[in-house]
Amino acid sequence: MTFYALFVPFIAALFAPALTRVFKHNAAWILALAPAGLFVHYLGYVEGVSQGERFTGGYPWIPSFNVNFSWLVDGLSLTFALLITGIGTLIVLYSGGYLKGHRHQGRFFSFILMFMGSMQGLVLSDSFLMLFVFWELTSITSFLLIGFNHAAERSRRAALQALVVTGLGGLSLLAGLLLIRNITGLSELSLLLSSGDLLRDSPFFIAAFVLVLGGAFTKSAQFPFHFWLPNAMEAPTPVSAYLHSATMVKAGVYLLMRLNPVMGDTVAWETVLPVFGGATLIAGTLLAMRQTDLKLMLAYTTMASLGLLVMLTGFGTEKAIEGAVLYLISHSMFKGGLFMVAGNVDHESGTRDISKVSGLRRAMPITFAAALLAAFSMGGLPPFFGFLAKEEIYAGLAFGDTWSVVFTIVAIVGNGLMFAIGFAVALKPFLGRKVVAPKDVHEGPVLLVAGPAVLALGGLVSALFSGAFHDWFSSPMASAVTGHAAEVTITVVPHVGLPLYLSLATIALGIASYVAIAPVRTAMASLLTGFGWGPDRGFDQVIAGIVRLSGAVTRFIQNGRLEAYITVTFVLMVLAILVPMGIAGEWPSMPAFPHLFFYEWAVILIAAIGLFAVIMAKDRLTAIVSLGVQGFAVAVLFMLMGAPDLSFTQFMVETLSVVILALAMTRLRLSPQDHRAPVQRVFDGAIALAAGGAFTLLLLRVLEVDLDMSLTEFFNTYSLQVAHGRNIVNVILVDFRGIDTFGEIAVVMVSGLAILALIRVLPKRSRSALTEPPAPPPEAARTAEAIHAEVREAN
Amino acid sequence: MRTLIFRTVAPYLASLMILFSIFVLLRGHNEPGGGFIGGLIAASALAIYGIAFGVSPVRRAIRFHPMALSGFGLFLAAIAGILSFFSGVPFLTGLWIYPSIFGVDLALSTPMLFDIGVYFVVFGAITSTALALEERERD
Repeated sequence: MTFYALFVPFIAALFAPALTRVFKHNAAWILALAPAGLFVHYLGYVEGVSQGERFTGGYPWIPSFNVNFSWLVDGLSLTFALLITGIGTLIVLYSGGYLKGHRHQGRFFSFILMFMGSMQGLVLSDSFLMLFVFWELTSITSFLLIGFNHAAERSRRAALQALVVTGLGGLSLLAGLLLIRNITGLSELSLLLSSGDLLRDSPFFIAAFVLVLGGAFTKSAQFPFHFWLPNAMEAPTPVSAYLHSATMVKAGVYLLMRLNPVMGDTVAWETVLPVFGGATLIAGTLLAMRQTDLKLMLAYTTMASLGLLVMLTGFGTEKAIEGAVLYLISHSMFKGGLFMVAGNVDHESGTRDISKVSGLRRAMPITFAAALLAAFSMGGLPPFFGFLAKEEIYAGLAFGDTWSVVFTIVAIVGNGLMFAIGFAVALKPFLGRKVVAPKDVHEGPVLLVAGPAVLALGGLVSALFSGAFHDWFSSPMASAVTGHAAEVTITVVPHVGLPLYLSLATIALGIASYVAIAPVRTAMASLLTGFGWGPDRGFDQVIAGIVRLSGAVTRFIQNGRLEAYITVTFVLMVLAILVPMGIAGEWPSMPAFPHLFFYEWAVILIAAIGLFAVIMAKDRLTAIVSLGVQGFAVAVLFMLMGAPDLSFTQFMVETLSVVILALAMTRLRLSPQDHRAPVQRVFDGAIALAAGGAFTLLLLRVLEVDLDMSLTEFFNTYSLQVAHGRNIVNVILVDFRGIDTFGEIAVVMVSGLAILALIRVLPKRSRSALTEPPAPPPEAARTAEAIHAEVREAN
Repeated sequence: MRTLIFRTVAPYLASLMILFSIFVLLRGHNEPGGGFIGGLIAASALAIYGIAFGVSPVRRAIRFHPMALSGFGLFLAAIAGILSFFSGVPFLTGLWIYPSIFGVDLALSTPMLFDIGVYFVVFGAITSTALALEERERD
C-alpha cells in the first residue's frame, strides 16, 4: 500500500491540468482527495507506531550495488508524513481559492502535488539513494514553484538562487551519504540507526558530519545560507505557507533528527548545531523586526524557528529533543496558518504591508480569528500547543552551567521577538482605523478561510487533548529522534517552576518588543543600511565571479581560430604516439619489402598522385577533390585486401566528404585560394609529416605484435549461432556492441543538430562582421550563385 | 552540372540509389552492408537530387525535416532496446520472431529495427547538413 502511496501525488499531478481545465478552481476539491486519502492511509499506522513498532518495506532497485527502493515508517517519518499530507490537503484547497482564475492554475496544482510527492518520499525513504533523489526533487519542484510567476525577474532570480543554494547542499549531502555508506557498509537508514557507535567511532566521522550538515543547513536556511528563504517569498502564498514554512525547509531538520541517534552525543554535534542554530535564531528574529511586509516578517521568523529547532536538536538533552519535536509540530500548524492569513489579507486588500493596511477586523472576521489563534500558539500562550513546546524547550535548556545559560538567554530573546512579530502579523492588519484599501475588502470564500481556520484550531485542540496527542504523535517521534523510548508528558496546566518563570520572562520581553516595534525597526534598518553587505549580495558577487572566470577560461581555451585547434590537436596526437614509444623503446623494425600485384601498385600510385595534387593545388576546390581521389584509392585497397564492408563505407564517406566540404567552402565564403605565408607552410607541413610519420610507425609496430585471435574466434563462433547473422561486422555493430552504436548514433544526431544551429547563426554573424547591410545586395547573392555554379561544375 | 543529361538522369539515379540503400540496409546482417552504409547511400542520393534541382524540391520530396528523420531513427533504436524489457532480458538483447507471411518465413528482429534506426540517424544528419549548406541566405 505504502508503495502505491508514494506515487499517488505524482499521479494526481499528472491529471491536475486536465481537471482544472474542466472544473476551473473547483478542481481543488477533487485534487485534495489525493493528500486527504494519504493522510487517512498514514493514520492507519498511528496505532502500531505508538506502540513502538517500525514498518519497513521495499524492493531491490539496483541489486548489483545493493541499492533498494525501500521505505521506513516510524514515529519521526509518520509525523512528518501526516504533516505533509494533512497540511497539503488544506494547501491544495487554499490554492484553489487563492489562484482562482489564474491562467496557469492547473500547472500550479501539478507543481504543488509533485512537491508533495517528493517531500513525502523524502521523509519515508529508507535507502540513501532514494532519500537523495527525493531530496533533489524537492529542490527542483521548489524551483518551479518559486519561479511560478516566471515573467517577473525577481521571481526568476529567487528561484535560481534557491536552486543553486539547495542544489549545492544536495551535492554535499550525496557525498555525505556515500561516505557514511563507505564507513558503515550500510545503505539503509533503518540499518544505520541500529548500528550503534559504528559511525561515531570512524576517523571519517567529522568529514561525514560536515557534508551532511552542508545539506541540512542549506535546506533549512541556517545562517549564513539563509538568504534564499526570504527571497523565495516571491512565490505565490500557498507555496510560502507549504514549502517555505511547514514542510520543505524542515527537511534539513528532519535529516538532523533522523541522524541524531547515530551522529548525536558527540562534541562536534553538540557544539556546531547549537551555535549555528542559535545564531540563526537571533539573526532571523532581528531581521524579521526590520520588515513591514507580512510575508517577509513570517519568512524571517521561519528562519528563526528553524534555527531554534537545529539548536534544540543539537543541544543533547532528552527534554530539548522533546521540545524540538513539540515545537516542530506546533510551528507547522501556526506558521502555515499565519502565512495563509497573510495571503488572505493580500488577496482581499491588495497589499500585505502592515504600514498600509489596518482595520480589517469587521471585513474579515474568520481570518482575524484564525490569525489570533495562530498568534497565541506562536507566542506560546496557554492553552495552545505552542505553550507546551515552549515549556518543554525551557525544561530542556535550563541548567546551571554557562553553556546552558547562554542558550537559554538566546531562546528567551528569540521567542520573545517571535512573540512580538506573531502578534504584529495577527493584530496590525486587523486593528485600528480602517484605511481605504486598493480593493473593496470582504471575507474570502470557504476555500481561502478553511486552511487557516483548521490549522489555528489544530493548535488549540491538540493542546487540550495533549495526553492522547502525545501518545500518538509526540512520544513516538521523540523516541525515534532520541533513539530510545521517550515519553512526552507536558500538559496545558501550568506547573510552577523554572520553565514557567522563563515563559513569563519571554512574554514580558515579547510585549515590550511589540510596543517598541517601530523604533526597533528603524534601528535595524539603519544598522543594515550602514552595513551594506549581506549574504544575498555575496551570492550575486560569487555568481558574477564564476561567470567571469568561466568567460576568461573559455576565451583562453576556445579562441575561435580553427588553425589553433587543429595545430594543438595534431601536435598532441603526435606527442601521445611518439613519447610513449620513445620511453618504452618500442620502435618498429624495418618491415620487409611487400610483394604486391601490379594492380595493387597502381592503386597505391593513384593514392600518391592524389596526395601530391593536394599539396600542389593552387585553389581549395582542387585540393578537396584531390583528397577524394586519395580516399577512393584507399577504398579500392580495402576492397582488394578483403574488407568489403570497410571499403563500401569508405567510398560513401569520401564521396560525401567531398560534397560537404565543397558546400561548406562556398557557404562560408572562403577565398578560393589558399593564402599562406611560406613560414606557415613550412610549419604546417612539418606538423603534417610528423602526424603521418607517427601514425605509420604506430601501425607498423602494431602489426609486429602477434594478433590476439580470441575475439575473432568468439565472433566467428557465435555470430551465426547466437545473433543469427553471417556478416560479423554488422552483427557486432547492431547486436554484440549495440549499446556503443546507440551512443554513437546519438552523437551523430546531436552533431547534426549542432551543425544545423551553427549554419543558421552564421549569416547574421558574418554579415555583422563584414558590416554588410542586413539583406545581402543582389550582387553579393549573384556572386554566391556564381561560386555555387563553379562548385557544381567541379563536381 | 545542371546539364540536360544530368537533370534527366538525376531522378532515376536518385530513386535507384534509395532503393539500393534499402537493399544494402536489409542484407546487412548476412552480407556486406548495414544501416550506416545504407544511410550514407541514401544521403548521397538526395545530394545528387539536390545538386540537379536545388534544395526546395528535396525538402518537398522527403516531406519531413531531415533532423526529424534523424530523431525518428534514434527513437527506433531506443525502442529496439526497450522491447527487450518486456521479455525480462537486459537492454538491447536481440529478440527474433519468424512470422510466416504468404508462406514465406520472414526473420524479424530487434537488431534489424536497431539497424533501421541507424539508417535514419545517419541519413537524416548528413542530409540535414548538406541541405543546410546548399541553402543560401534564407534565414
